[in-house]
Amino acid sequence: MRIVLVGNPNVGKSTIFLQLTGVNVTISNYPGTTVDFTRGSLTHGDRRVEVIDAPGTYGLEGHSEAERVAVELLEKGDIILNVVDATNLERNLNLTLQLLALGKPMVVALNMWDETKHKGIEIEAKKLSALLGVPVVTTSGRTGEGLAGLPEALFKARAASWPPMDSEQRWVKIGEIIKQVQNLAHRRHTWLERLQDLSVHPFLGFPLAILVLGGVFRLIIGAGEAVSDLIALGLQHVYTPFILRLHGALAGLPWLHAVLLGRVTAAGFDYETAMGVLTTGVFVAFGLVLPFVFLFYSTLGFLEDLGYLPRVAVLFDRLLHRIGVHGYSVIPMLLGCGCNVPGVLAVRNLESRRERFITAVIIATTIPCTAQTAMVVRTVGERAPGYILLTVFSLGAVWIVLGRILALTVRGSTPTLLLEMPPYRLPEPRLWAKKTIMRTRCFLAEAVPYFLGGVAFVNLLQIAGAIRFLGHLATPVIKGILGLPAQAVAAMIVGIIRKDAAMAMLAPLGLNDAQIVVATLVLVLYFPCVATFAVLWRELGPRDLAKAIGIMAITALSTGGALRFLLALVPNPLLLAVLILGGAVLLAIRRPSRDEESEAQEAPARSLVKEK
Amino acid sequence: MSEILPLTMMRLDQKGIVHSIAGGRGMAARLSALGIRPGVKICKRSALLGHGPVIVTAGTGEVAVGHQIAARIMVKVDE
Repeated sequence: MRIVLVGNPNVGKSTIFLQLTGVNVTISNYPGTTVDFTRGSLTHGDRRVEVIDAPGTYGLEGHSEAERVAVELLEKGDIILNVVDATNLERNLNLTLQLLALGKPMVVALNMWDETKHKGIEIEAKKLSALLGVPVVTTSGRTGEGLAGLPEALFKARAASWPPMDSEQRWVKIGEIIKQVQNLAHRRHTWLERLQDLSVHPFLGFPLAILVLGGVFRLIIGAGEAVSDLIALGLQHVYTPFILRLHGALAGLPWLHAVLLGRVTAAGFDYETAMGVLTTGVFVAFGLVLPFVFLFYSTLGFLEDLGYLPRVAVLFDRLLHRIGVHGYSVIPMLLGCGCNVPGVLAVRNLESRRERFITAVIIATTIPCTAQTAMVVRTVGERAPGYILLTVFSLGAVWIVLGRILALTVRGSTPTLLLEMPPYRLPEPRLWAKKTIMRTRCFLAEAVPYFLGGVAFVNLLQIAGAIRFLGHLATPVIKGILGLPAQAVAAMIVGIIRKDAAMAMLAPLGLNDAQIVVATLVLVLYFPCVATFAVLWRELGPRDLAKAIGIMAITALSTGGALRFLLALVPNPLLLAVLILGGAVLLAIRRPSRDEESEAQEAPARSLVKEK
Repeated sequence: MSEILPLTMMRLDQKGIVHSIAGGRGMAARLSALGIRPGVKICKRSALLGHGPVIVTAGTGEVAVGHQIAARIMVKVDE
């Protein structure tokens, strides 16, 4: 037997799923967190049933990819658990009536029940159950209220015989139901609601967003460096003696010594430049990158659960239209700052193929993941703080210019933004901690093995002499265009596996300031890591992926080459950073040409014709 | 006295009742799924500068509507 959880986006399906099955899923406070379905199972007494968490859907017509997935899952389900946001009952019933017409056994869960009280909403659940003809239970995924009784209720699900209706008939019927079961009381605004208004305030919203996002990144970097210094100290005391003993033990096995330990001598070694799997590999993965990953996911998780991200989407909508996508794309891009993989996966929520392509390419090309950011801050920041700013501003400029070029060349339409704004909710500490731990563990399980493997792989290539050979082949590009030494090719090869490992390989090359900035930028831009590559393949298909790779290669080489040239002209990194970003911003805010303006106005009309 | 205005022309914090949607069936369906359809009371909460999205409360929820769609939502407002 199979139970399918269905409901509008952001009603708490995943929270209920997690509590029912114990299977970990990502939960946030914005529509579209679940893009694919998740399977789990539920044991009640001696019965064991399969439970499926479907992506949120407003209807069963299949307008978006997520809706189509939901419809397919419904066909295979035996029992429907329709999760309804009790604070938005009227709107949610539209889907409920469509589900009832399917004639399958069903239970309605009035979720977020705890919130209705604060909001002055009174719903008579018993009467609603009588009117709908199926059991109605009240639940709160966050507090756990009503969830214990849910399995029991599910086994008592029954089908009601509702006729299929058109949209107009449905809304009339919903109006009648609401009149009988719901009562709204007036009440005062809460401080969270005031904050909600402030976040999208016409004048203050944008500065606030810059402050919040800037503050978050400052906090992550500041706290990350402090924590990683502590970890480094701990390693010195606990781990270094072990490495030195291993150095003695491996004396007779030079190649194993080279792979595992690298440049370690009895006198000591440097964790950042030794280049062994157990020295630099372990230090970078756990000491440098892990603190940043953990801090990023805990702050992102807080903003997600609060409900801030859809508001950022609204604030950036105008700006993002200039690069051919609408405001929602900001959510995949922010997720991409953590790791490009979930970022590219979230692209599925976007409606048009054009938006999906542009957003995926922009993420994979210009947005470094936290692991890489941590290494950039470390490697580039050691030189002079100005170089970090130069790197970040240059990436910003590439983001704008590449976005503009894609907006002008990729065909298709970009629909106008239409997005529900979930109310602010204070994150539930237990769920927040669980999500942060789950994502960090995911990083440990999936990224660290690739990372250590990547270091080992390059050490083996080095021993075999392959690096020297490839470096020789790539010299015209690496040296001629980018002005980097031939050994930098090793970092480029590792970059295909893990970008943070590649950054670590730049450290022992003895590059000058300009070279380090150029190499860093090229590493960010030139090719996504293997994991991102795999999801790009899945989401875009081989043809668009081939295009995307072409775009990345050209972007990386032209940006690297241009920056090398510009740094020779303007050696002051701060001045150059401002000049580069300023130039790109000017390009972006230049008034759109007449063609583009008229195209933008025609776009919604065209998409309407298609929908009919 | 009351008059009919597009959502974009409403003042901030002005209330009204949705009169009609000047668009195709697809747009009307997407809007009604989010609680915006003729007869529903709405209140304009914010409008971002430079023809940015408009934020309205409709029923018990809040929705952001891009400028081009907002221009096609006709609202009967009280003077």
